[in-house]
Order: sequence, then structure tokens, then C-alpha cells
Amino acid sequence: MGEISNAGLQGGFDLTQFHGVFFEEAGENLANMESLLLAIDVESADAEQLNAIFRAAHSIKGGAATFGFADVTELTHELETLLDRLRKAELKLRREMIDALLEAGDVLRAQLARHRGSASDSPDARDLIGRIRALAKGEVPAGGDGRRVLRVRVGPLADAAAADGLAELFRDIPALGTLEALDNGALSADGFREFRVTTASPDGELLELFSFHVAREQIAIEPYAEPAHTDTADGRADAPRSAPESDPGYGFFVDPQTLRAESAAPAAAAPAMQPQQSAPRRPAANKPAAAGSLDSTTLRVSVEKVDQLINLVGELVITQAMLTQRTRDLDPVQFQALLAGVADLERNTRHLQEAVLSIRMIPMAFVFNRFPRMLRDLAAKLGKEIELKTVGEATELDKGLVEKIVDPLTHLVRNSADHGIETPSQRLAAGKPAHGTITLSAAHEGGSIVIEVRDDGAGLKRDRILAKARERGLAVRDDMTNAEVWALIWEPGFSTAEQVSDVSGRGVGMDVVRKNIAALGGTVELDSAEGAGTRVTVRLPLTLAIMDGMSVGVGGETYIVPLASVVESFQLSEGMLLAVGGSGRVVKVRGDYLPVVSLAEFFGVPRDGSGPKDSILLIVEAEGSRVALLVDELLGQQQIVVKNLETNYRRVPGISGATILGDGRVALIADVAALVRRARH
Amino acid sequence: MSALTSVEAGAVAAAATREYLTFRLGGEEYGIDILKVQEIRSFERPTRLASAPAHILGVVNLRGVIVPIVDLRVRFALGEPAYDAFTVVIVLNVAQRVVGAVVDSVSDVLEIAPQQVREAPQFNALLDASYITGLASVRQGEAERMLILLDIERLMAGAEMGLVDCAAG
Repeated sequence: MGEISNAGLQGGFDLTQFHGVFFEEAGENLANMESLLLAIDVESADAEQLNAIFRAAHSIKGGAATFGFADVTELTHELETLLDRLRKAELKLRREMIDALLEAGDVLRAQLARHRGSASDSPDARDLIGRIRALAKGEVPAGGDGRRVLRVRVGPLADAAAADGLAELFRDIPALGTLEALDNGALSADGFREFRVTTASPDGELLELFSFHVAREQIAIEPYAEPAHTDTADGRADAPRSAPESDPGYGFFVDPQTLRAESAAPAAAAPAMQPQQSAPRRPAANKPAAAGSLDSTTLRVSVEKVDQLINLVGELVITQAMLTQRTRDLDPVQFQALLAGVADLERNTRHLQEAVLSIRMIPMAFVFNRFPRMLRDLAAKLGKEIELKTVGEATELDKGLVEKIVDPLTHLVRNSADHGIETPSQRLAAGKPAHGTITLSAAHEGGSIVIEVRDDGAGLKRDRILAKARERGLAVRDDMTNAEVWALIWEPGFSTAEQVSDVSGRGVGMDVVRKNIAALGGTVELDSAEGAGTRVTVRLPLTLAIMDGMSVGVGGETYIVPLASVVESFQLSEGMLLAVGGSGRVVKVRGDYLPVVSLAEFFGVPRDGSGPKDSILLIVEAEGSRVALLVDELLGQQQIVVKNLETNYRRVPGISGATILGDGRVALIADVAALVRRARH
Repeated sequence: MSALTSVEAGAVAAAATREYLTFRLGGEEYGIDILKVQEIRSFERPTRLASAPAHILGVVNLRGVIVPIVDLRVRFALGEPAYDAFTVVIVLNVAQRVVGAVVDSVSDVLEIAPQQVREAPQFNALLDASYITGLASVRQGEAERMLILLDIERLMAGAEMGLVDCAAG
């Protein structure tokens, strides 16, 4: 491989300028490959899916060969060999193959990260390559279950006991393998501890688990019984087995000539040499990295620039609205062209605003999509059957929030899988279906985004938590309400593997989860019923979220009611409102009596006596209960950008935020949850 | 001071000379540190905020930013709170916030040296004396007038102004 990159450089091309494009594309290909692998049905694999996975691996290989990333090329080459046999139905797809392919994806990602310079070390792929080769030959890999023996070095540590958590991990999760200390529990002279680990789990997963207890940077994983070494791309490039040209697996390709040319020639020359007829068969493969710079589909832009754009477009909308107003009374015959221009301006401005606002917003699917893979691995390791359901993936959330909510949510989902869901036999014994369900949902509610992680597992055990709390010296009483007991979970004392729930400790870093969510200005609540499951509700404020709103008019003022909380609306007719207890009013809607809240009264709107008054009832729902809002008129629905009032002012009761209307005026957004709470108490 | 040459003394004075934006509230003239002023705009009708004190007129949209508007005339019961085409809003940057203040009129930007400033006497007024940094006498031709120098940052961030959530409450 070394000669190839040299040839490219000697040819006068500075290939490094195309690295970014390659990394971007390779990342997309890997993500694509992973989702395809997760979707595939082992029993009846679709040839088209296998082809698509093959193409993804092949694209990465082509690019990696061009740039001389020997380790990436080597691994993808093995993947190709296996996938090629699979897609030609020469081999039958097995579960271990999917596992190995997924693991290869992780290793490739780490290798790419190292080449990009964002990670200093990538995991050793030799063992994995061996397994993939064995699978490609139709063998069951050595060791049957793919177990390997690793040396894990942890440190430098201040205290030898800091690494004891690792041993606990292996005790709690039997499927993880075994761990033995190599050092009698004492620190070495330079503060390290060493363990021998026998496991089937990939390095990445081990790292993730270990990092609950010790910092990631302090963990080094290497194969056992070999002299300590560090892999370099060059070191492995010298190995004769890595040269794809000499491998018989190459004979499987549709058009060996073309492919050989593509992987061997300098990138810039490759597209020209690509015969046209092979293109439709391998669409992903016919765009090597260098040519890809033209069709790169994403662009990195700083968030400040986007925010500036959003504000500027807001100004434009106001100017446009002013022009529209000024030209409204002009003679349509005399000023026909001008008026047509103003109408065009209005339409274009609106489209521009929508487009600009959508830049910052990304759907929750971005977060949710990472969980199927995680749960699959976790379920396999824990010997459980877990189904993941997601609701409200389309709920859009500000990019900044999405990025920050990933970690806390990962913790919560992991906890649900690890400690919430029981093993199939326990579940059957409890009269539940063998597979547990974890539900992730997202929705806009009031001024917040509510994200729920729900499982139908064993739930929390009240007496155990109380006992644990006493042991920890926390002030508890037996007559505490359930909510108060569950709140103890968030205490820092409850972190790390404590025997609270059935398997090990629910509460791995729960205090950290709460802290992270609080840092985003959000809250987190936990509710649980023994035997029925646990629900964790994360509520985040909308710093900048797009929301569908219903504009309502009250005495000349405009308020926005979040459309998501509006159930229905109807004209108020004589005798509909019934008095209760003097001042209270209710309305009967479909057999239910709902409390009535007059927005005009609630917000103290001055009335001038003109226009309709309290003529519409808007039924809204929040936190599971409904109230009827009395408003003067409905003005329409629109997508609005939620702005925070507290940036320059303070909280206003009953108001969750503000938005800017098309004409530049500010409208306040009603906090439906607060209105409901107020009406119900 | 005797040790300083006149040049040095001048330099010290120049360094301490500050520019003030002056405005009128009723019959009184006030000065605030110009560095706190972001811009001056004409008045537009704000969106009323429920349960806000009377001197907080509401919020307006300032290029996409929601800005609360305070009428200092109402706050200090000075002048007639009339709103017309000549009413101006001083947009202030105080305590990491953007706030608009309605005044009768903006008059001038003046340089005021420390020696022009006298300490304000204690008196009973709606305006807490602690918000007044001093009284400056400004000579314009033959006439001399008094300028009330305000610590606008403290005034706006103060609890009585009701613009900021108080830590205590």
C-alpha cells in the first residue's frame, strides 16, 4: 500500500487536500453500512441489501487505498471478500457475521479517526481480521464465540481501589467474560494496574463500559501474551498478506480490470479511467474520494453565522411587511408592476425565512438512531431480548441541545436495558412477554421538549432504595412518598454499581445525568412501579425551537398557543358556561366538565369594548389534563421561532417565551402547562 | 498633586474624562455613560407583558432580539408619559442584557471631567440616591446647567426596576 500513496504523491498531486472529503464520505458509508446491517434479516437476507453493504465497504476501500491508509484498506478488503461471497449466495449469512461486520465498522471508524488526527490510537484489528477471514472461508471462527484474551492497563491512578469497579462490571455482567487482576490489587510503581480480560466484546464496548469507572484516557487495551506494541499503519503495511492485488478474493469482482485500475491509480486519474458501463452496477463505487469533492453534500458552518442569518432574515421580513403595508393603498392599475413585485417579494421572503430557520433544527431521529445498535449489542451481552420503540422522531430540536442530550439519554437507555428489563425467563415467570420494550419518545409540550425513556421492566424497589439510603446516611423515613423515594436515586451517593434493582445498580451515574440535564436548564423526573417498569422524563426548555402555533386574539393583543397542545376549538354559544362555586366556570365538552380560563383575565388584557369578546373556546391539553381557554378570535396557524424572554427580561408567569410575528411585532407564547396547573388548583 | 507637572495633571484628567449621553426626563437633565448605550431608536408600541410593573411597557423586537422597554418617566414620575413620533428609546447594554429606556428627548453627548462632578447630597426622592454617581455642572455659553449623572447599570439591574429575576425571590 505504501507504494500506492507514494505514486500518488510523486505524480504531483497533493492528496491531503482531499482527505476531508474522504473522511466525510467514509463516515457516511460506515453509517449507511451499519444501518443496513441492523436492518438485515439473518434468515432471509436480501441480495440488494448485501449489495448495498458491499458497495459501502468497497467505496471506503477505494478511497483508503488512494490515500495510502493501509490499515483501513486491509480491513475493508477482508470485509469485501466476506460480503462478496455472501451476495453471491456462496455463503449463508450468520449472526456472527453481522456481529463481525458491525465490529469492523467500529474499528474502521476508529482507524479513520486516527488518520484524521482526532484520535491517537486505534484498536488492534488483527484478531478481527482473522475472524472475518475464517467466516469468509465458511468456518466458525477460532474460539467459537470469538473470545480473546486481552491485557488491560489502567492508570495512572491515585488509588488502587479506583479500578475495582472493573472487576464489579465483570461480576455483574456474566456475558462480558472474565477479568483477573495481574497485580494482587496493588498499584505498580508508576501508578498502573493490570488485568487479564477474556471477552468476546470489541474494544470499543469495553472502553465504554470501563469509562463508567475510570477515565477513558487512562485505559489501554492490548492483546495478551504478546510484547506490548503500538500499531502503526506502516508497520502493518509491510505485512505481505495485506496486499489486495495478490489476493485471490479479487477475482470475484464484476470487472477486475476497472477495479484494479481504480484502487491502484492515483485518485485524480480514476474517474477518467472508469468505463461508463460499470457505473450503474456500482453507483457508490464510481465516485472515488478525489472526484467526490464536487458532490460533497454537507457543509460545516458555525452556529453564530446561522444565528446571524436568522436575525437578518427577521429584519428582512419586517421591511417586507412594511413595504406591503405602504403599497396596499396604491392604485392597482397604475402600479401593477410594483404591486406584483411586492407580492413576489413577500413570497420569496417567506420561503427564505423558512429555509433559514430550518438550518438550526435537526430532528430527534438524529439522537434516537444511535440506540438500535447500542441496544442490540447490550441485549446480546446481557442475554436479554429488548425491543426499541421510538415515538416523535420528527420532533425538531435545536442542534445545540441535540448534541448535549445524547450523553444523558445514552445513560438512561443503558440503565433501562441493564437494570430495568429482566431476563426472558424472569419476564415469562412474571407473566410478561419474553422481550422487554424500551420506548423513547419526544414531544413539544408547553415551553419544553419532553423526552421520555420508558421500559416495561422490573421497576424500582422501594424498600431496597430506602435501605440503601440509610446505609449511605441519607435522611429517610418509611412514610416518604414514592416520588420522594425515587428522588433518592439522583443523589450522588447512589452512583456506581449498587444492588438496588435486580441485576446491579440502577444509578450508574444518575447524579451525573441529572447534573448534565440541569446544565441545559432542564429537569428530569423518574416514576416507577414495581413489576411494571420505569419511566424517566426529561424536560428541556426551548432555547430556539420551531413550533407550530395557533395565534389567538384577545382584546387587540395576540398570543400564541402551541398547536401541539390544542385539542379542538369551537364557537361559544349561550348557556355553555356553567358557574361552579361562585367564581369558577366550567364547560361541558363530550361528557366532561372542563375548567374555563379566560385568557383576557389571566393576562389582564385591557378591553376597549370593540370587536368580538370571549367568543371562542380553545380546548388545550397539558400534563394529561384539559382546560378550555376563552379567547376573542382565532387568527391562524403559523410556524414560529421560540425566543427566550429571559435573555433580557425575567420569567413571566403563564408565558413560556415570545416570538416575532410577520409584521415585526412581538407575540407572547402561552405556557399551556402553567395555565392548566393554575386552572386545576 | 504638587509633584505633578501640569502636563501630567492634564493627562490624568483626560484619562478620567468620560463621555456622557444626556437626556431629559420632565424638566431634569440626566447623563449616562455613553459606553452603555447601544443605539437610539424611535419609539414603537411594545407588546404588553402581563403582571409587569407599570414602568415596564412591554417588549419589542430589535432585529430578532426580544428587548424589554422601561419608561423612566413613569418609573420616576417625571414628565408626561406621552408617546408620539418624537419619543425616543435609548437602547442600553447593561448587565449582559439589552434594555430599552424611554425618555422625553436625547439632548447631547458631553465630555465631563471629574472636576466638574460634585457629590450628590442625600435627599428623599423616588430616585434612590445610590443610583446617582454625582451632579455635574455644564457650562454652555453664559448659561450653566446641572446634569444628574446616573449609574444606569445599577439602576437597570436593581430589584425595584423589576427587569431581572432577583436571586432572593
